[in-house]
Amino acid sequence: MRPDISLGINTSLARQLLVSFLREEVTRTGLSRAVVGLSGGVDSALSCFLAAEALGSQNVLAVRMPYKTSSSDSLAHAQLIIDQLGVQSETFSITDVVEPLLETISVEDSRRRGNIMARARMIVLYDRSAATNALVIGTGNKTEILLGYTTLFGDSASALNPLGDLYKTQVRQLARAIGVPAPIVDKPPTADLWPGQTDEGEMGLTYERVDQLLYLLVDQRYHPEECMEAGFEKSFVERVLKMIRQNQFKRMPPIIAKLSNRTVGYDFLYLRDWGT
Amino acid sequence: MTTLTLGLAQIKTKLGDIHANLDKHLAYVEEAAKQGVELLVFPELSLTGYVLQDLAPTLAHSPTPDDPIFKPLLDASRRMDLVVGFVDEDERHRFFISAAYLSQGRALHIHHKVYLPTYGLFDEGRFFAWGDSIRAFDTRFGRVGVLICEDFWHASPPYLLWLDGADLMLFASASPGRGLKQEDKLESAWWVEHVNRAYASLFTTFVAHTNRVGFEDGLLFWGGATVFDPNGELLAQGPYFEEALTVAHLDLGQLRRTRARLPLLRDERHALVLREIQRITADERGARDKG
Repeated sequence: MRPDISLGINTSLARQLLVSFLREEVTRTGLSRAVVGLSGGVDSALSCFLAAEALGSQNVLAVRMPYKTSSSDSLAHAQLIIDQLGVQSETFSITDVVEPLLETISVEDSRRRGNIMARARMIVLYDRSAATNALVIGTGNKTEILLGYTTLFGDSASALNPLGDLYKTQVRQLARAIGVPAPIVDKPPTADLWPGQTDEGEMGLTYERVDQLLYLLVDQRYHPEECMEAGFEKSFVERVLKMIRQNQFKRMPPIIAKLSNRTVGYDFLYLRDWGT
Repeated sequence: MTTLTLGLAQIKTKLGDIHANLDKHLAYVEEAAKQGVELLVFPELSLTGYVLQDLAPTLAHSPTPDDPIFKPLLDASRRMDLVVGFVDEDERHRFFISAAYLSQGRALHIHHKVYLPTYGLFDEGRFFAWGDSIRAFDTRFGRVGVLICEDFWHASPPYLLWLDGADLMLFASASPGRGLKQEDKLESAWWVEHVNRAYASLFTTFVAHTNRVGFEDGLLFWGGATVFDPNGELLAQGPYFEEALTVAHLDLGQLRRTRARLPLLRDERHALVLREIQRITADERGARDKG
């Protein structure tokens, strides 16, 4: 039996909830500002829109962090968002930070080079966070979190993430509804870590299809065999399951060896909002 | 005409800051007094916040006049009856998710949450003891029953309150929103409203529900307090996601009119129910599930 796989969301309700989330969870810490790394892609554009609505444009700092091989479209698309929202902005080339390191340790592997760039951007964002009393707003969506298509301590690092429970196709719905320009919503998603890279090309799948499978496996708790009966290729289901499992480490803080009777993470349990 | 002016407070709380939460309760009492409220109901764990985890044992208080948190609430209960949510600790140091009904300076009734959800995003059974009784009690407005959140996700607690004489059921929740689809309402809100209306209709009774708002980490509590009358009609509804005091005027005469038309209470055969439950729990399969 073919299940009804509807990833449609009520975008006005989603917008309301995520704007409240950002406003309340930033201001309850006593802060009022946010910093967002703006890549020119749809995820960070949406996070920036939501943050501007939650905190006011004047309280959002959008940081563009191109590397020398970054596509010029990325920079231009990020500028579109900055102009449209009227948020504060800075541009900081990471080339001069990254190059000496790449040369010193002579890294050719594109994945390692990409990770270094993602982590260089994290360093900039967290410095801007400290310099401007602002929290770093995350841009990772549910699809990439589940598949582990993210750099640990790089683009995955943030103080709070409004998009983490929205699949990529849902991010696109919300981005369209909230007014992110069409060229940004419609272009092929890319981490832009090397020329010509696309998410779908690198992972060998389409977001539309993998989101449907993840929805069945994760949200609807389908058994893998039931997903195959629903029309998903066995090899595709197995590969996605493996990606989810192998990347569990990226979704967790470092594991601590338990020695005492009370250990952070196991039996020392408090929410982050404790006392606020 | 016998009426009751009922207030439903849907508030944000500070997690673990009981003094700040007490101040908010007293501010809502002031506002409710201006609107002539006679009974004001606060959500689950309204004095402490919801995801308490290891905070739970540090926040326990007793609804007695010598308790510094309950003293001002008991004083306020001389102005209007109050239902407040708190952590109760028994003499053997078990901690309960609790609701106290305060009236005329004393606690008329304390309910310990009977069903502690420990699945999905919930982990209550890890930190709290399970309550062990479901009782209606007499108030100056008639016989009342109090349940807390997961208690009314099970059909038996409202059913027991109905048989025990409750003509007004007060439900207090800290319900995290979940289930965003294309509809303009979260699935969790839809479900709770659906069953509240069903209980009011099936038991021909008043059913009032209030629920937290605000965030705790990424959990968003959705508010949306409701009051249904014995016909299952919605009398009042609070907004979603925002703090609010929702005031409803209950015409208690509706109980008589509805039950004259629809004598479900008169015809309910609970002796038969008891016999069948005894039979079911006596056999092997039932015994396994009886809890």
